[in-house]
Amino acid sequence: MSELGLVYALLGAALAVLLAGAGSSIGVGIAGQAASGVVTEDPGKFAKVLIMQLLPGTQGIYGLLVGFITLSKIGLLGGTPVALDPKTGLLILAACLPIGVVGLISGKSQGQTSAAAIGIIAKKPDQFGKAMLFPAMVETYAILALLISILAVNAIPV
Amino acid sequence: MSDNQYTYAVARIRAKEVSLFSQATIEQLLACKDEKQCLQFLVEKGWGEADTPMEAEAILTREKEKTWELMRELVKDMSVFDVLTYPDLFHNLKAAIKEIATEEKNPNIFYKDTAVSGEEMMEIISAKDFSRLPENMREAAKEAYETLLHTRDGQLCDIIIDRAALDAIYQAGKESKDEIIRDYAESTVAVADIKIAVRSQKTAKTMDFMKKAMAECDSVSVELLARAALSGMDAIGEYLSGTAYAEGAQALAESPSAFERWCDNRIIQTIHPQLYNSFTIGPLVAYVLARENEIKTVRIILSGKLNELPEESIRERVREMYV
Repeated sequence: MSELGLVYALLGAALAVLLAGAGSSIGVGIAGQAASGVVTEDPGKFAKVLIMQLLPGTQGIYGLLVGFITLSKIGLLGGTPVALDPKTGLLILAACLPIGVVGLISGKSQGQTSAAAIGIIAKKPDQFGKAMLFPAMVETYAILALLISILAVNAIPV
Repeated sequence: MSDNQYTYAVARIRAKEVSLFSQATIEQLLACKDEKQCLQFLVEKGWGEADTPMEAEAILTREKEKTWELMRELVKDMSVFDVLTYPDLFHNLKAAIKEIATEEKNPNIFYKDTAVSGEEMMEIISAKDFSRLPENMREAAKEAYETLLHTRDGQLCDIIIDRAALDAIYQAGKESKDEIIRDYAESTVAVADIKIAVRSQKTAKTMDFMKKAMAECDSVSVELLARAALSGMDAIGEYLSGTAYAEGAQALAESPSAFERWCDNRIIQTIHPQLYNSFTIGPLVAYVLARENEIKTVRIILSGKLNELPEESIRERVREMYV
């Protein structure tokens, strides 16, 4: 029984990393296509569009962070896994879901917003600050999800 | 990820839009004192190539080619642009039919970058092998060829082919899943119908002629427009003011060149929302149309300068720019 609890908890960590990472890779991919388009025509804008491309990459880092905290919590990082009952394992799985799901959706959306904002840089590079704010808004919801996931994972007694 | 397949292309187009001529650039071009200075200005703006002769037509042709070279680089399936090349394609058909039927030889009468090249069109028409033409051209080609051969009426031949071109554009618009193609087709056909009505009114054409020349579309009623044209120019204006083309009525009242200008501006207004679209084919189609509009405007200015027209009368003909 204790192993099933561990499986649930590990599944939670895996989902946090997997979904948020997938969201980021989609988002960075979309923004990267737009960035490449601009750099093809105007290589001088490389630095500005690179920053835009990196913005959707944070969800993957948040997923990784929650994954680390979870692995540390269940003792897998230290090499001595704690005995978890299935209920606690499921609690940890549920705690990991916010950053996983929100990371996936917000990563893709942020990538699309970044691609659109790269369009602003292509035409009005002096408006870089304003252009960066639009994709940054999407970040808010990934941070909220990260916060809840961290608080929840930490709050579950093991 | 099919919804993002044009992300790279659109971003490149966004960067390219920076070099499209704005109204301010057109003003600078208008301020040039003669055609030579205009050409110099265009070359400084990157028009033509190092080996392009310093002649208006050579520079403008090269610019048109550059647009299509870019599109071929960005889009795998060029069929999305078919609707934009229909006017050129049907022009090639018209030119080939007239060449064959009149047995004359004229140089440079065909447009490049069309689905059927000028040479191929000549072969098809001379062999009367109309089945080799795209489906939407076959009937019209046969009818126009036979009409010209039997009646020697060039105008009748023209309206048969022009009508077929409008029908083809409209059909392509209806079948397209891209909003811009649908909007472009609707605007193009409606504006063409209005133009036909205005010209028919001026030349006192019959109802039958107008019905033969005009193509059906959603935003304008051929029947009502043709009837208005029979009643007079004011009736056309009155009819238009109740449609989505009310500004056309104002332009019509202003002057013939203001009306012609409105016809082109209307297309630019149709594509304008594409400036804020980041992921679809829309901005690419809009860029091609914007480039055509830009080249047309530059051609108007150059010929105005060449013919030493006063700046004001050239300005009256200058089209609205996309950016």
